[in-house]
Amino acid sequence: MNAREQWVALGTIVRREVMRILRIWGQTLMPPAITMTLYFLIFGTLIGSRIGTLHGYTYMQYITPGLVMMSVITNSYGNITSSFFGAKFGRYVEEMLVSPMPPLVILGGYVAGAVLRGLLVGAIVLALSLFFTHLTVVNPWVTASSVLLASVVFSLAGFINAVYARKFDDIALVPTFVLTPLTYLGGVFYSVDQLPAPWREISHANPILYMVSAFRDGMLGAGDIALGPAYAVMLGLMLVLGWVAITLLRRGVGLRS
Amino acid sequence: MTTAPALDIRDLRKTYPNGVEALKGISLTVEAGDLFALLGPNGAGKSTLIGILSSLVNASGGEARVFGVPVHARRSEAMALIGLVPQELNLNQFERPLDICINQAGFYGIPRRIAGERAEKYLRELKLWDKAEHSSRMLSGGMKRRLMIARAMMNEPRLLILDEPTAGVDIEIRRSMWQFVQGINRAGTTVILTTHYLEEAENLCRNIAIIDHGRIVEHTTMRALLAKLDVETFVLDLAAHCPDALPAPEGIALRRIDEHTVEAELPRGRDLNGLFAALSAAGIAVRSMRTKSNRLEELFVRLTAPGKEAA
Repeated sequence: MNAREQWVALGTIVRREVMRILRIWGQTLMPPAITMTLYFLIFGTLIGSRIGTLHGYTYMQYITPGLVMMSVITNSYGNITSSFFGAKFGRYVEEMLVSPMPPLVILGGYVAGAVLRGLLVGAIVLALSLFFTHLTVVNPWVTASSVLLASVVFSLAGFINAVYARKFDDIALVPTFVLTPLTYLGGVFYSVDQLPAPWREISHANPILYMVSAFRDGMLGAGDIALGPAYAVMLGLMLVLGWVAITLLRRGVGLRS
Repeated sequence: MTTAPALDIRDLRKTYPNGVEALKGISLTVEAGDLFALLGPNGAGKSTLIGILSSLVNASGGEARVFGVPVHARRSEAMALIGLVPQELNLNQFERPLDICINQAGFYGIPRRIAGERAEKYLRELKLWDKAEHSSRMLSGGMKRRLMIARAMMNEPRLLILDEPTAGVDIEIRRSMWQFVQGINRAGTTVILTTHYLEEAENLCRNIAIIDHGRIVEHTTMRALLAKLDVETFVLDLAAHCPDALPAPEGIALRRIDEHTVEAELPRGRDLNGLFAALSAAGIAVRSMRTKSNRLEELFVRLTAPGKEAA
């Protein structure tokens, strides 16, 4: 395939993913909007009003970037696992496997679809937050790049999960037992500076902490971790997971006999 | 335009991780423009062979070339030449037939405008255009099979592989699918067909290979294969009830099928006078007679019978 044909193929996958997200908006866009509204209401307004300030911001303002990032991460991951595993389960992944598309185009198309859903949900959550608080963006570049990198990282992780999954339970295990605990312990609702030793140090092994911190730094200018290490972790994970995903796809693990 | 064969397979082997040796060194050539039948009993290795050709299965050894392009070494180029209609339904049931076809073209790098035109062309030819914007899960089994053919045509392949495309399809739709396949073959597309309807292979295909236990046990023209058939079977409809005891004319085997039907098997080319004389002598009147059509089936059973495995 020449470069122009590869762009057409990439656009086809992305378009198909976006159509899927919009077709089942009740499953893809609505639930995070409802869940996050409840978070804003309960943690932000009812409980948050009694907590006081963190790094000079109201609790509601402080947790909003974390909740946006949590939505982006879970929705990017969830989109690619359900979509790619669904294609495997229904066998229509063969439509792509028997085509001349290189593995990188297939991976790129699915990751782009997952990132688009993550960012769309993130935008919805951010818009909803404005009903409860007012927000500023201190550094738009850091804000945009950190949310994009986090979305790509968890899209790639979700793709790897979907490649290995043999049944629907397999794509539910990681979000339930790994992703949710890491997210809740990744500084979404608190600053790791508040934690006593050794929990503060242990928290630094959680990659989500770096993503939430960088995003919060971009929006509020109040991150727990310096931007340098945060970007190093995100870029490093993106490269490693990207390499694993493309290798699995090239070898046809879980896809070709 | 290359003169390479549409398909050239040399010593192709496949052993699955569980130790099953599905292909034991197959060599096969299909000339460009052919309408070729690939037959074999269940588990013979047909789907593994098709899987390797369509890159869904990795070969353990040997080589397959499509119009001279090695499938493994130059996968992308080879896949651009092939259209595949798999045995199992593999449609996205939540998409519309029109979208399925347009997306498939997109996977081959075909722009949406051209894809839309082709989708309309092939959905019309396969009598699915009125269902183009319905949900695919609402289609009948026969419609889904035709949709898979339309989808496989979106890249206008030079080699179309049909793995049991008419399984479970009623005779009217099967015939319309035959017409479509013959039409695209006349237009220059090489077609490889696997089927369990041996009559289908006999009527459609010019050349044939029979695969059994992972080996090719026959690879010849349909005419040459049928010429090997040394007996003919006739079905006789009787005017009255068939007696329990049938006559036994020399060299002719008579078999009672039901109370009004008898089958007669006799050496190819032998005259029928002896048969009718014996029936008349036994007081059996024949109302009508026809040749049993599934001649290929007889050969197939013989070639793939237990104990016939090639060394």
